[in-house]
Amino acid sequence: MSRRLFTAPGMISDGETGSPRREPAGRVSAPSTGEGFHLCFEADPCTVRRVLGQAVAELARGLSRDDAGTLELALAEVLNNIVEHAYDGRTSGQVEVCLHREAGWICCRIVDSGHAMPALTLPEGRMRPLPPRLDDLPEGGWGWSLIRTLATDLAYRREDGSNYLTFRLPLSR
Amino acid sequence: MNLTAESVAEALVVNVDEERIDAAVAIQFKDRMRDLTAGAGGRIILDLGRVIFVDSSGLGAIVSVMKFLAPAHRLELAGLTPNVGRVFHLTRMDSVFPIHADVAAALHGAGHDL
Repeated sequence: MSRRLFTAPGMISDGETGSPRREPAGRVSAPSTGEGFHLCFEADPCTVRRVLGQAVAELARGLSRDDAGTLELALAEVLNNIVEHAYDGRTSGQVEVCLHREAGWICCRIVDSGHAMPALTLPEGRMRPLPPRLDDLPEGGWGWSLIRTLATDLAYRREDGSNYLTFRLPLSR
Repeated sequence: MNLTAESVAEALVVNVDEERIDAAVAIQFKDRMRDLTAGAGGRIILDLGRVIFVDSSGLGAIVSVMKFLAPAHRLELAGLTPNVGRVFHLTRMDSVFPIHADVAAALHGAGHDL
């Protein structure tokens, strides 16, 4: 009831795609008591940027600046990982993002049909000590440590060739 | 990627006239920074005052720029907006860069005054 579909230019809404991995409509949206966001789109960096803008605009109403920032950053890191790793830079991959607000939380579910997580396990994302030499500083690899810092109740499963990631983001108010 | 550089006093100030440094523009950002800073002599201050979002790819690009400018230059940052500052803090990269409240503070004061 509270689920809404959004379609932007170049994006495919749930109702229009014939993708075989699409779930029956009744399973797509989690029970929601607040505003929701649901979108399917091609996994590439420019589309990810547009989706983040839409998701934040849709869910951030009434959120504090910090909470909106948390949502945008956590979602960006998850979606970037899907583009770079699950789909390996291929352009044909679809991603489904389902978000809804519930009490003091934003509940997130992200589905893709790219490669499975190695060993079917989420990366630990441990923050490494800073190296003493500037030359040895990492130029990436912060994605999972950021996600783990920002999100709670992270869960991953692989089912029927798709990756399902769920997590919750706490709202400060 | 809209970056411009101007010489102010002894420093080269690079203004980022974009709201985002993210995975979509990380490579462009590195390339533009390389062009703009070629042959620079003094301090290099990156003004991030208009940037409201940096993800780990954008952060990686900024670190990469800092590394290719070293050892001749130490890349300094100015005007981190709150969500950008948080990414630097969460990854502890705020301890790696000199960070100034804004360009004026960078030019008139020195060091870590965020």
